[in-house]
Amino acid sequence: MIGKIASFQSMGCADGPGVRSVVFLQGCPLHCPYCHNPETQSTEGGEETTVDALIRKILRFFPYFGAEGGVTLSGGEPLLQRDFAEKFLKECKANSLHTALDTSGILHGGAVLDHCDLVLCDLKFTTDALYRQHTGGSLESVLSFMEETAKKEIPLWIRHVVVPELTDEDIDEVIKIAMQFPNLKKIQLLPFRKICTHKYEELGRTFPLAGTPACGKELLEKLNQKIPLNLR
Amino acid sequence: MEQWSGFTAGKWQDEIDVRDFIQRNYTPYMGDDAFLAGPTERTKGLLEKCRALMAEEQAKGGVLDIDTETVSSLTSYKPGYIDKDHELIVGLQTDAPLKRGVNPFGGINMTRKACKAYGYTLSDKIEEEFTYRTTHNDGVFRVYSKDIRNARHSGIITGLPDAYGRGRIIGDYRRIALYGIDRLIEEKQKDKDQLADRVPDAENVRQLEELFQQIAFLGKLKEMAAMYGCDISAPAKDAKEAVQWLYFGYLAANKEQNGAAMSLGRVSTFLDIYLERDLARGILTEETAQELIDDFVLKLRMARHLRTPEYNELFAGDPMWITEALGGMGIDGRTLVTRSTFRMLNTLRNLGPSAEPNLTVLWSQRLPLPFKHFCNRLSCETCAIQYENDDVMREGFGDDYAIACCVSAMRVGKDMQFFGARANLAKLLLYSLNGGRDEKNGEQVAPPMPVYEGDTLDYNVVLQRMNFYRGWLAKTYVSAMNMIHYMHDKYAYEKTQMALHDTDVHRFMAFGAAGLSVLADSLSAIRYAKVTPLRDERGLITDFKVEGTFPTYGNDDDRVDSIAVEQTKLFADALKAIPTYRNAEHTLSILTITSNVVYGKKTGATPDGRKAGEPFAPGANPMHGREKNGALASLNSVAKLSYDICKDGISNTFTIVPAALGENQQIREQNLSNIIDGYFGKGAQHININVLDRATLLRAKAHPEEYPNLTIRVSGYAVDFHKLSPAQQDEVISRTFHEEF
Repeated sequence: MIGKIASFQSMGCADGPGVRSVVFLQGCPLHCPYCHNPETQSTEGGEETTVDALIRKILRFFPYFGAEGGVTLSGGEPLLQRDFAEKFLKECKANSLHTALDTSGILHGGAVLDHCDLVLCDLKFTTDALYRQHTGGSLESVLSFMEETAKKEIPLWIRHVVVPELTDEDIDEVIKIAMQFPNLKKIQLLPFRKICTHKYEELGRTFPLAGTPACGKELLEKLNQKIPLNLR
Repeated sequence: MEQWSGFTAGKWQDEIDVRDFIQRNYTPYMGDDAFLAGPTERTKGLLEKCRALMAEEQAKGGVLDIDTETVSSLTSYKPGYIDKDHELIVGLQTDAPLKRGVNPFGGINMTRKACKAYGYTLSDKIEEEFTYRTTHNDGVFRVYSKDIRNARHSGIITGLPDAYGRGRIIGDYRRIALYGIDRLIEEKQKDKDQLADRVPDAENVRQLEELFQQIAFLGKLKEMAAMYGCDISAPAKDAKEAVQWLYFGYLAANKEQNGAAMSLGRVSTFLDIYLERDLARGILTEETAQELIDDFVLKLRMARHLRTPEYNELFAGDPMWITEALGGMGIDGRTLVTRSTFRMLNTLRNLGPSAEPNLTVLWSQRLPLPFKHFCNRLSCETCAIQYENDDVMREGFGDDYAIACCVSAMRVGKDMQFFGARANLAKLLLYSLNGGRDEKNGEQVAPPMPVYEGDTLDYNVVLQRMNFYRGWLAKTYVSAMNMIHYMHDKYAYEKTQMALHDTDVHRFMAFGAAGLSVLADSLSAIRYAKVTPLRDERGLITDFKVEGTFPTYGNDDDRVDSIAVEQTKLFADALKAIPTYRNAEHTLSILTITSNVVYGKKTGATPDGRKAGEPFAPGANPMHGREKNGALASLNSVAKLSYDICKDGISNTFTIVPAALGENQQIREQNLSNIIDGYFGKGAQHININVLDRATLLRAKAHPEEYPNLTIRVSGYAVDFHKLSPAQQDEVISRTFHEEF
């Protein structure tokens, strides 16, 4: 089984619990203006690899993962290569690795979810109109994806990128939507940052939010206060 | 004996055996840091005085004062104090705090130059006296060969301790507290009497004279303590005396030797036995117990040696390497962590972060979890801790070893080492291509061979040429070391420190290698890409054209990591083929300290794409900017280097921004623990941890006054960032920071 990988990071402590290796799959159906991995959007490119090769690589980091860590499958949109994602995560489970799927939720989960210990789902905008306007996708699909994780009782972290002047007013609504899901374990606010600017330059593209300020510590701190303690 | 009341009896009473005393009497501590006490008012007052003195020292260009009239020794200065009435533990190297003494026994040139660099002149009296004396440096240069001189001057071997004290010897200072000086003299006298009965061959005669000197200096040590009003002929009777007696030993060593690294050993768990006994007796409270440790550490932070600016260029930040090994596990499975292990680490909070003493945690997978988290929290707060793998070192060194300098393990009081800087492996590759001529100065340093012919470098041909030059380098290097240590034993023997060792001591000869990652990547380029050598007007290869891609060290890629492993082994084997002075055991370290900058400066362009003059990566680190798979892949590459081959240590410096380690403090602590467990689980030996942003360093460089206490780990030790030269600061800033992605 061959998949297309945008990149591999042996250590990520920001996408799921503990110390994790993160696999970024190539290709995404959305085009969020704040995307920090624009090179992963196109379905062209990426490096072809097999499930076996990837598993062999990741197992070399097993000793670092401790009790909580493991593997996060991210992207791009990992569900765009759903057969590969399914086989890969299944193989991770067979090797006793904790698995997390980091997704926009724009596609349905299906059999991929059967091999996930955790789902990180990005709730980008809180109305269908805004969602469609900024990303090109539909909020309905995301909500039905989350519903799917709830039915399968997979622990769910809902994440929201805080972009000043764009998504920083949505927090109450994000919390309200998130709390509908009984499998919700955590709401995570991610600060919008601009360290990806050079990537746009390398791709010869304009960074749509070049003029927007990054999300500061104080703003993030203030918004975090709104999240119920047990969900922070 | 009254001083030993309350202690469990054992073999330690019949012979000198500190380990046996510790094992029978210490109390492992499995809890957390909640019991710790903050600094007392007295401590805070004294700390203020020390800080003011250090600020003055910094303002004066790094040296506060020099006594140019007196040769430093145990009793040559009047007692010195910071604040006599408020000090619990007394003793300074000279008669005033931060005033540096001169110690010309290593080499008078160095002393003269150091005085001059700071605006002083070595007194005529001392100049006169040393016209009638042979220094270690004089001795070495009487016998050095032309090859050695050339190798030294061209920088294929750099930092040899031939003009300064070799250091790296750790006296077992605990012996003074446990036994008192009289007993130690008695035991040494017994050894000497026994030896006198043997056939007086050269080695035995040398040993006899050394024993005579050891005994004489134990006597001087007693005299020195008496000048401070302490009688250390008998064992220490309480915790305060135990700390004081032990400190006198360390102080005497520092007065006698301006050694390259003057490590403390492994004292915290030993001292804990005394502190716990006094706590049980009601003589101490937690606050006053902590206060003793704080005062002791404050004294250690005031230790200074006089060194030249050139020395600082190699070993930046005025380091002393007062390394204290903390924690670890006993061979019986009990942890050696005690409350005093916590107290020692707590000085980073009570007295603020500091580069010295060089706090080194002996990490085991089985250490108590609260202790692991406490260490990791302090790492996040201060960047002042290094971690070394107790599980791999315990196998060879037992459970009473300490760390000399940065990464060199030795059994306390049983092993010593002949320290020997390092050879430049990247330059070895260039000499192999250029037929023994130096690519910078053009001199024929190594035996001649035609410059590599042909348009493309062929991996196998290059390896063959390297085999020849490696043999030459090893012979030159071992020869230099044998001469250096013969002369150091003869003219600058460490009498105090060796008196605090067993007479029948095991000796290591500690070789070192620099530029390993440059060499590995260069050979990888030659093997996997197409490398065209470019020749200059002298016909020497001084640049390379590289076409195609090649795997680089630091990505957990066996194709190149195996080259690093192989080259290390080849170099170690080449060294082992040459016999050593006093049959010392050959060991090797992959450690550069901060000399990676100077090594880089002295080395031409290399086939890995590194430009002429660019710094090497420090220690065993991958070259910055070449790690493409993130932090763990980089750690895995370094972990492949064999500790069995590099028993003198493999240094890795790991810098990570706080956010990349997790979103909050608690998560960062846990993640850090898992990373260290994982890395050491792979058999790696050492890791320096810095948790900080590049932006912080940039600000600290621009506004040093705002960051007076910014301490960072460099390569096996910590430095105060503001003490680094601008070039060294830039090099640290340019290193890989593992970031979020």
